[in-house]
Amino acid sequence: MSNELVKLTAAQMAEKIRNKEVSSRELTQAELDVIEAAEPTMHAFLHVAADEALAQADAFDKKLAAGDTEGLPELAGVPIAIKDMIVTKGIPTTAASKILEGWVPPYDATVIEKIKAAGMPILGKTNLDEFAQGSSTEHSAFGNTYNPWNKDCVPGGSGGGSAAAVSSYEAPLALGTDTGGSIRQPASFTGSVGVKPTYGGVSRYGAIAMASSLDQIGPCARTVLDAALLHEVIGGNDRRDSTSIPAPVPPVAAAAREGLKRDLKGVRIGLIKEIGGTGEGFQPGVAKRFNEAVEQLKSMGAEVTEVSLPHLSYSLGAYYIIMPSEVSSNLARYDGMRYGLRVMPPTGVPQTAANMMAYTREAGFGDEVKRRIILGTYALSAGYYDAWYGSAQKVRTLVIEDFAKAFEQVDVLASPTAPTTAFKFGEKTSDPLAMYLGDVTTIPANLAGVPAISVPCGVDDSNMPVGFQFFAPQQHDEAMYKPAAALEAALEDTWGGNILTKMATPWLAD
Amino acid sequence: MEHLADLARIALSDEEITRMQGELNVIADAIDEVQKVATDDVKPTANPVPLEAYLRPDVAETPLTQEEALSGGPVTDQGMFVAPQILGE
Amino acid sequence: MAEKLMKFSEAVKKYDPVIGLETHVELCTNTKLFCPAHVEFGAEPNTQLTPVSLGLPGSLPVINATAVDFAIKLGLALHCKINEWSQFARKNYFYPDMPRNYQISQYDKPTNGEGYLDVELDDGSIFRVPIERAHIEDDAGKNTHVGGADGRIEGADHSLCDYNRAGVPLIEIVTKPITGVGERASEIAGAYMRTLRDIVKALGISHARMEQGNMRADVNVSLRPSPDAPLGTRSETKNVNTFRGIEKTVTYEIRRQAAILDDGGEILQETRHWDEATQTTAGGRLKTDADDYRYFPDPDLVMLHITPEHIERIKAQMPEMPRERRNRLQSEWGISDDAMRDIVNAGALDLIEDTVKAGATAQGARKWWLGEIARAANEQEKSLDDMPISPSDVAEVEKLIADGKLNDKLAKKTVLGVLAGEGTPSEVVKKHGYEVVQDTGALEAEVDKALAANPDIVEKLKSGNMKPMGAIIGQVMKATRGQADAKAVSALVMAKIKG
Repeated sequence: MSNELVKLTAAQMAEKIRNKEVSSRELTQAELDVIEAAEPTMHAFLHVAADEALAQADAFDKKLAAGDTEGLPELAGVPIAIKDMIVTKGIPTTAASKILEGWVPPYDATVIEKIKAAGMPILGKTNLDEFAQGSSTEHSAFGNTYNPWNKDCVPGGSGGGSAAAVSSYEAPLALGTDTGGSIRQPASFTGSVGVKPTYGGVSRYGAIAMASSLDQIGPCARTVLDAALLHEVIGGNDRRDSTSIPAPVPPVAAAAREGLKRDLKGVRIGLIKEIGGTGEGFQPGVAKRFNEAVEQLKSMGAEVTEVSLPHLSYSLGAYYIIMPSEVSSNLARYDGMRYGLRVMPPTGVPQTAANMMAYTREAGFGDEVKRRIILGTYALSAGYYDAWYGSAQKVRTLVIEDFAKAFEQVDVLASPTAPTTAFKFGEKTSDPLAMYLGDVTTIPANLAGVPAISVPCGVDDSNMPVGFQFFAPQQHDEAMYKPAAALEAALEDTWGGNILTKMATPWLAD
Repeated sequence: MEHLADLARIALSDEEITRMQGELNVIADAIDEVQKVATDDVKPTANPVPLEAYLRPDVAETPLTQEEALSGGPVTDQGMFVAPQILGE
Repeated sequence: MAEKLMKFSEAVKKYDPVIGLETHVELCTNTKLFCPAHVEFGAEPNTQLTPVSLGLPGSLPVINATAVDFAIKLGLALHCKINEWSQFARKNYFYPDMPRNYQISQYDKPTNGEGYLDVELDDGSIFRVPIERAHIEDDAGKNTHVGGADGRIEGADHSLCDYNRAGVPLIEIVTKPITGVGERASEIAGAYMRTLRDIVKALGISHARMEQGNMRADVNVSLRPSPDAPLGTRSETKNVNTFRGIEKTVTYEIRRQAAILDDGGEILQETRHWDEATQTTAGGRLKTDADDYRYFPDPDLVMLHITPEHIERIKAQMPEMPRERRNRLQSEWGISDDAMRDIVNAGALDLIEDTVKAGATAQGARKWWLGEIARAANEQEKSLDDMPISPSDVAEVEKLIADGKLNDKLAKKTVLGVLAGEGTPSEVVKKHGYEVVQDTGALEAEVDKALAANPDIVEKLKSGNMKPMGAIIGQVMKATRGQADAKAVSALVMAKIKG
């Protein structure tokens, strides 16, 4: 019974709650049961907030019984997992870093306020690469998360925990943050759906900053519609975030429902030449599934053309300047003064505030974080600002212009989400550049601020999932939800159900 | 490299300093790449979505309590955060 | 170690001093620059914080509209070019009083660009100080040093940090190098700061209390052999927060640098501190790589757009500027330059203006504020503002005089009564029965008595010698315990003699 329950989509769960076929508490308890069974092998969570989640579920059930749920979002009562990069009042928040270990925030992120107001119980905090810096979740200070499809493989990153939690049925929904692909690439690696909304479409207030001009909170789900419904819960203007767009959230759920009709007549889809899936660096399995998906889109009436974004290849260079620069400044606040870890200098070293800070940061940050801080400090240091950070911002202009021009010709753009399927643990940690290169397909959306979605488009020969990515114009997130939902529906037909039915789930008791 | 570590306030070990020295090339390569197209006629973009600043009305909201403010502090005393010896300039 | 100094007159003869001032003005907004925490001096530590001003992970800055309005006001007053687009940048450096370890300030795109400030010198001449920029930034918290002598950072064992001040809006006004100052260098520096303080107060954008650190200046001084030589290396004396300190810093630095240059030495580019106790500046941290602040535009904030309409709206709210106001009041009151300067120096301008507004004559108002009240304030070492008498009280006393209800002596007693906290002027009058004797019958009787007791004086008066009149008035005054109107007494005496 409970397995059937947790395998429902979030939209289906919500419907059962509304119809009083199941309570929020029952659902939350069912998810907590899966978490208990799966966590020893999955380790998707850094903290499970069982008591809080059940209390929230009870509070919602009471409201529902009293008929007091008018105006709540469709997902009211459905539980959710939160990437541990988003602050939660009273629930430890660590960014998977030793430097924040044990920190209990005294405030909620705006998205958490919205989740709570929606009556959605928070199951716990999911694992990630430390401060969201990585593509495999191997850089978490608190251990690896495992890919539910294959325990030898990474779940992607940085949001490996949220993606693994969703695809392993530990949670129907999760929140992620996406700076260079941290929602979409793990979605691709785990056969789930991940969305990076338009920059400024979802408030960043309370999202621990990695690279402020690139970071965006977004939904992780098992279906496009679920992602859209969650997108509508968390999106919209927030006066506590100066980069928040003063406009209502686009009608993404309606667009997803429209897509489920599988009619894409009149929809113009541009395949990005520079990251087209047939080019260099793409695994054959990825290219094959991608091309098949394109045929599916055509068969539903979409007009597919190839579009060139000539400056896309420069995105990576710009990203490696902007990202570490902002990281170096954003992470300066972790200094052992106001919260988190404090390490005093060893004997023989002057016990000064400056040394305390330096030893705290040496001990509290992992290698990858330190590397990026140093690189960013270098990029911003004396005399280089204009030549470096300034140049990277110029490339950003060029990439934005490329997207704008492309969107004059087509409604959405498409590419594989990642050049490969999930790789094995340890495979890329020794070669940071190889890890970075994996982000080449996802980074342009962050740089240009455009929304992008990853949906599963099949598995490779090793039965590992492949992701298909759509990009839409800024502030038109709905444009990508329609073809994404259509593609999902068409492919599910060929698979005989959600892609996750191809995944073995030994942690789910029969 | 020591200068960078000092600016970044990280007491890097010798081994780390040696290792990271080489990685500065990552940045150098990125710069070379970027400067190929970052010509004078291109305007830089700081924020990907063009917005102008929202100006917040000057109205107070409930602050954190002192207890909340200090709750994460590694060392606190008399309602304040304790810093080890700060050397004068 | 005492430093070698050259005589000031000699120094400015040999070298051309160039000064520069970077003044921080703390704005009196209700909330902080980037978060809605209320700001109040003297609150319990760490009670005026939101996640933003405590620098908690995930928190984000949002610009305070009033702070921007205040910046525009100051920009207009300083004749600055107000930039339609300005930008906030991060100034990165680690310090325990910095919640984020970066300050949010304006770098290459400040809100206020070039402008000027005309300052009036002691001789009444006007000196134009060129302004480079006036930008907005946030303040840091405050460290209390424990374990050292006198709460000083040197020798302290540890420090206690209160972040209440962190995030309070500041405007930093940066002058261009001020040239052509010569021997008046320190006078100009002081006059500039005073003028700036008056403007800031008139605009209502800061409490402008130097002693609370609402205003503090970094004083730059350099010397060059002649006005056509390139600028010399400058010293920067940080955080001087008294007018006298600023003037003395300039004088001291000119003398110190001149002595070094005269010996063939070189001036180091360093930051120094004004030491009130020794009346010297002390060195100094050399400018080093540590000053690599790695400025870049704050990605958490977007461009600040100030439209022409916004500027017009602020223009309409601009009060009269202090110098224009002084000129207007001086001509309205019909007083000399010297008299006006006395008023300004006594800090009595507002008080006298308000007293006049409350119905007194300018002359009457001046007499009290610069006389009796100033004396009392001096004795108590208080400023006129802090004396327990209001402009309307003074105006009331003046009215009682005009109505013939008080004579000068009684009026003085009444004012002293008010200062002593005995109530309003009419309450004091009532309490002590100070009112002049209005009953002519009673007064006449006293006059008769006095005349009868002094037949010799009566004779003199009759013969046209008016000198002893004072003696008669004195006796009547004494008999009425000072409550007679001298004029009325004199008139009665004349009538009696002639009659």
